[in-house]
Amino acid sequence: MSATKFSNPVVSWIDHRLPIFSAAEHFASDYPTPKNLNYFWNFGSLAGFTLVVMIVTGITLAMSYTPHVDYAFGSVERIMRDVNHGWLIRYIHMNGASFFFIVVYIHMLRGLYYGSYKAPRELLWIIGVTIFLLMMATAFMGYVLPWGQMSFWGATVITNLFSALPYVGDAITTLLWGGFAVDNPTLNRFFALHYLMPFVIVGVVMLHIVALHRFGSNNPLGIDARGPQDTIPFHPYYTIKDLFGLSVFLCIFAAAVFFFPNFMGHPDNYIPANPLQTPAHIVPEWYFLPFYAILRAVPDKLGGVIAMFGAIAVLFVLPWLDRSPVRSAKFRPIFKIFFWVFVADCLLLGYLGAKPAEGIWVTLSRVGSIWYFAHFLIILPLLSVIETPRPLPQSLSQSVLGGSGAMAGAAAAPKEKA
Amino acid sequence: MRKFFLAAILTFFSLPALAAGGGDVVLKHKDWSFNGIFGTFDKASMQRGFQAYREVCAGCHSLNYIAFRNLADLGYNEAEIKAIAAEYEVMDGPNDEGEMFMRAAIPADYFPAPYPNENAARAGNNGAYPPDLSLITKARAHGPDYLYSLLTSYKDAPAGKDVPDGMYYNAAYSGNMIAMPQPLYGDDVEYADGAETSVSAVSADIVNFLMWTAEPSLESRKRIGVATLFFLIVFTGLSYGAMRFIWADVKKKAA
Repeated sequence: MSATKFSNPVVSWIDHRLPIFSAAEHFASDYPTPKNLNYFWNFGSLAGFTLVVMIVTGITLAMSYTPHVDYAFGSVERIMRDVNHGWLIRYIHMNGASFFFIVVYIHMLRGLYYGSYKAPRELLWIIGVTIFLLMMATAFMGYVLPWGQMSFWGATVITNLFSALPYVGDAITTLLWGGFAVDNPTLNRFFALHYLMPFVIVGVVMLHIVALHRFGSNNPLGIDARGPQDTIPFHPYYTIKDLFGLSVFLCIFAAAVFFFPNFMGHPDNYIPANPLQTPAHIVPEWYFLPFYAILRAVPDKLGGVIAMFGAIAVLFVLPWLDRSPVRSAKFRPIFKIFFWVFVADCLLLGYLGAKPAEGIWVTLSRVGSIWYFAHFLIILPLLSVIETPRPLPQSLSQSVLGGSGAMAGAAAAPKEKA
Repeated sequence: MRKFFLAAILTFFSLPALAAGGGDVVLKHKDWSFNGIFGTFDKASMQRGFQAYREVCAGCHSLNYIAFRNLADLGYNEAEIKAIAAEYEVMDGPNDEGEMFMRAAIPADYFPAPYPNENAARAGNNGAYPPDLSLITKARAHGPDYLYSLLTSYKDAPAGKDVPDGMYYNAAYSGNMIAMPQPLYGDDVEYADGAETSVSAVSADIVNFLMWTAEPSLESRKRIGVATLFFLIVFTGLSYGAMRFIWADVKKKAA
């Protein structure tokens, strides 16, 4: 870290005492990145961007929002009607939550497909699952704030889950509520926590990035970069690619915000909360539906809660369930099939989560839930033993030049479109 | 495979909307002027709908989130808005003696509700609570079509269907039994512009008006949206070009 690294004397002077410029250079421009990342590697930076958008719009909304049961709904309507461009800020925040989950789900599925959770990136993956968990808590509490019917009844259903825990359940529920039912203290503490959590997420995201930079990005081939011929600097190659990905994302996001802002929401949330009137169907936001289906698939309340949290907990230990030394699904023919079955299973569970818990839907939810856990607990450990992977290419640059990479490339289109 | 992936995501997207549809009634679909990305409000129809609201709906239904000043969006000028507001009385106070008093409304006031509280509303309506209409087109699945269908689907109950006292048969209402008596018969209002006053025409006017009360920013939202998307699409093209340019040397080496 020599002081002569920067030609500008002021930058040089500062960097000698506070090496922020060196750090920036290390994190962006010097950082060697595999050449062959495909567009699925855009979703990490997209998630980071969405987080910033959510924080900026959220702070702005908080300036005009009133966390009180008598005023919360009205204050949101004031934002929609009387605050200058308040409708825009609120629709960005509202749809931003959905898009955050879309982006993160794709990011996670990319990790599953290309084995990004495997050694030496286990902690990177675990930190990522932690972010996901924090996001779910934040999104849940945020959905309560407008104090519409779904806000209130969603909060009632989800907080009630904790009462199923033995011994401590009732105490936890009372603590969450700040009383003996979902009421004004609940709204107040949810608002306080909803404001706090994003900053916790920012902290954990920093850990995520530090852990990422320890070994660098995984890549579609799942083999390590062997030297400078396999990598390119992050800047300008991936900064521009991320910018292009971001602009495509923004087109879709803007289309939702401006033309279908309420598409992903529930109409009942435009009815003010009424503790005396239960909606016909209480459904959570779409991004919780697969977990909601798992919760309802188990006939026992405590069992359902355990299954729901277990569905996330199993992700934490995933690096030790899938013992196959080959990372990328491109070289794992059987794993690849099961991966897509798993994706279909998650979509099915999401569909079932929106259906009433009766008749055929319950049976299907049970099958879907069992498959979800079987994928992680039976199929993946088994595949690591019985599956014969395809031969791996020697190096990233060799596969770019042809050979085994080209064959696998036909299936998953790993290379950039160009 | 990537296409499959996108299709899967899109399917997933549309689930909550499907789930919110509710299955037991068939809605009438209408081509509203505010539909589509270039949609705008039909101001003449909104003014007629406002008149119908005042003369028919307002007897039972409040409009809590709308102030008289908002009527400017319907095309009324300041003097007209002041005149409309002055027809209403609102409670103000306390005055210097500590008394509440009634006065004529001004543009800054909100529409006064027909009932002082929910209990009074229920007492006056056989126990049913007439909901506030400000957000009604957003608070029901397929709101505009739903409301239009509801207003135009009062019928005699089919034979064998027992309609309890104080309930009415409506083909568009979930369960078909609604506590709201048929509000429109075709001769309910007389429009100054001589427009049609059939049940379906007045219903459409009311929907146009209530879509505006639910989403007053709809027109500017779509206008800004078109401009924003135009910018973003151009920007996407430019960033794609920049990416191709920067990556050219890497691609050349790889080829």
